[in-house]
Amino acid sequence: MNIHEFQAKQLFRDYKIPVPESSVVTSAEQAFTAVHALPSDSWAVKAQVHAGARGKVGGVKIANTTAAVVDSVNQMLGQQLITQQTTAAGLPINSILIEQTTAIKREFYLSLIIDRHAEKLCFIASIAGGMDIEAVAAATPEKIISLFIHPAAGLQAYQCRQIAFAFDLQGEQLKALHQLMAGMMQLFLDKDASQIEINPLVETETGELLALDAKINFDDNACALHKDILALRDTRQEDEKENTAKQFDLNYITLEGNIGCMVNGAGLAMATMDLVKLKGGTPANFLDVGGGTTIEKVTEAFKLIVSDKNVKAVLVNIFGGIVRCDVIAQGILGALAQIKTDLPVIVRLEGTHAEEGRALLHNNVAPNIIPAEDLDHAAEQAVALARGAA
Amino acid sequence: MSILIDKNTKVICQGFTGKQGTFHARHALDYGTKLIAGVTPGRGGTEYLGLPVFNTVQDAYDATQADASVIYVPPFFAADAILEAVDAGIKLIVCITEGIPVLHMLRVKAAMQESGALLIGPNCPGIITPEQCKIGIMPGNIHQAGSIGIVSRSGTLTYEAVHQTTQQGLGQSTCIGIGGDPIHGMNFIDVISRFQADENTQGIIMVGEIGGSEEEEAAEYIQNHVTKPVVSYITGLTAPAGKRMGHAGAIVTGGKGTAEGKVSALKSAGVEVVNSPSAMGIAMKERLLT
Repeated sequence: MNIHEFQAKQLFRDYKIPVPESSVVTSAEQAFTAVHALPSDSWAVKAQVHAGARGKVGGVKIANTTAAVVDSVNQMLGQQLITQQTTAAGLPINSILIEQTTAIKREFYLSLIIDRHAEKLCFIASIAGGMDIEAVAAATPEKIISLFIHPAAGLQAYQCRQIAFAFDLQGEQLKALHQLMAGMMQLFLDKDASQIEINPLVETETGELLALDAKINFDDNACALHKDILALRDTRQEDEKENTAKQFDLNYITLEGNIGCMVNGAGLAMATMDLVKLKGGTPANFLDVGGGTTIEKVTEAFKLIVSDKNVKAVLVNIFGGIVRCDVIAQGILGALAQIKTDLPVIVRLEGTHAEEGRALLHNNVAPNIIPAEDLDHAAEQAVALARGAA
Repeated sequence: MSILIDKNTKVICQGFTGKQGTFHARHALDYGTKLIAGVTPGRGGTEYLGLPVFNTVQDAYDATQADASVIYVPPFFAADAILEAVDAGIKLIVCITEGIPVLHMLRVKAAMQESGALLIGPNCPGIITPEQCKIGIMPGNIHQAGSIGIVSRSGTLTYEAVHQTTQQGLGQSTCIGIGGDPIHGMNFIDVISRFQADENTQGIIMVGEIGGSEEEEAAEYIQNHVTKPVVSYITGLTAPAGKRMGHAGAIVTGGKGTAEGKVSALKSAGVEVVNSPSAMGIAMKERLLT
């Protein structure tokens, strides 16, 4: 789960990670009041969306006067912000963070992640702050420090010193960095984060450390344990179809092609997308209907797929295991009787009682339901029919 | 012959009297698995499905000397269940549960390190040695005793590989779903090294997917240590970066864990990588004939 920068910074404050003074606003009037409560030479006006790379597309502006702040807020509010990290439609700007600015001496990078290979928490630090860390890692790997945290021992002072000396920090700054890293650790563990990123972490002209940006992701598997974190969720920043799918315990991801896919199992669902591509088509979605393929779930899955106007053909790929193919075939026919779509629906059934399942599909009257011999043929047919309709 | 489990493996079930536990315990018993006891706290001393129920895994182990435990408990209680099995002395722990928080699994893995116990999963279909022992949620009827070892991060793709090798008349020695979570128990190398050592396994099918680097590590291992034919299929070529594709572990981040990278690592290790999920069985058959 993602949250906004202003929410992440509030969590930072709770964990004694220093951030600039700021105020979040949803109107020009609020912006006017906010500026007066935040004495500063200039202000950063930052669009709050669930995506990075905002600065390059006008999502972050520096304003020197109250009027300029209000101007920027007016320009941004209600717009869609399109960055490298969003879809072509972008994300809605519903709130804006107004922040005091500070004279900056240097910029660093600091994040805390879970390293799958080491099976440990890992701090990643770099003296090349404010830049795309993946580009830094590719071009100048020597500028990246990785520090693994032993699960029993926890974060050690020497590890903080290691980063502090690499950043060329001195005196009180060492203690400040230790406190900041300890805060990140505690926040990560308390709230089941999956990533905390500060880019840039800055050293001000007066020598203070300050988290200028803040990004936190949370482990979806753990969100139910943290009501306070769940309350931070902003569904306006999320894909509507993906959220509808979640309500029905379906796993759906929107893509940009024209062949709708409905599959049981995440691996097989990805494989089906890949096969569509291999046969020259493009998948419209990832959709895993899960193990218990009931009529209700299949119906909801079809509704989602046909609500995408790009979809020209639907490919259903089910491997029947403990749930038999004849039961699944009845589910598919029942669902399609309710949905009444004219789109061609190519169905590949394999596994337990596959022949009985296919026979049921053959015997039905709807001309748009096409049972396929095998998976390769199913994908080829779906691609051909989608192309014919386009 | 097979790896890890056979007809003599004594299995207990944690979460035995729950809905999932009950459903899959029945299937396991029908299949002929030596399921000998269950654990449900508070129901010790009773009988369920004709088997004794114990309050703790320790009680169950002391009474039965079970070799393996299968776990069907909800995600927030699963870490506790795994560690209870480890502490009781169970040597093979199969955790089916999907949705365990990653930090729970980090603690479990750290705590298990010195135990010598093996963990399969979580978020996996389990392990089966066809016609002998089934521990997990896979459909028993599609399997056939035979010579191919199958290891996979995905449930339904394991079934595809099983079905195809059955249709080709090859059958399976043992099939293991290692699970779709980023932090999990046995990895590809742990399983493939055992297939290599197993005299009844003649070929290995490895099904991987985007995310992490275990396929790349397996490729290096195969190149240096595996003499048996290996056929592989990797999913996720069309998955958008930064999106979790159903499995918690199936995600490409920062250009790492791509399907292309895995395919090319496996190919350079001499593995035959098929580009259609329906070609695994036939490719293995051809590999064994040449």
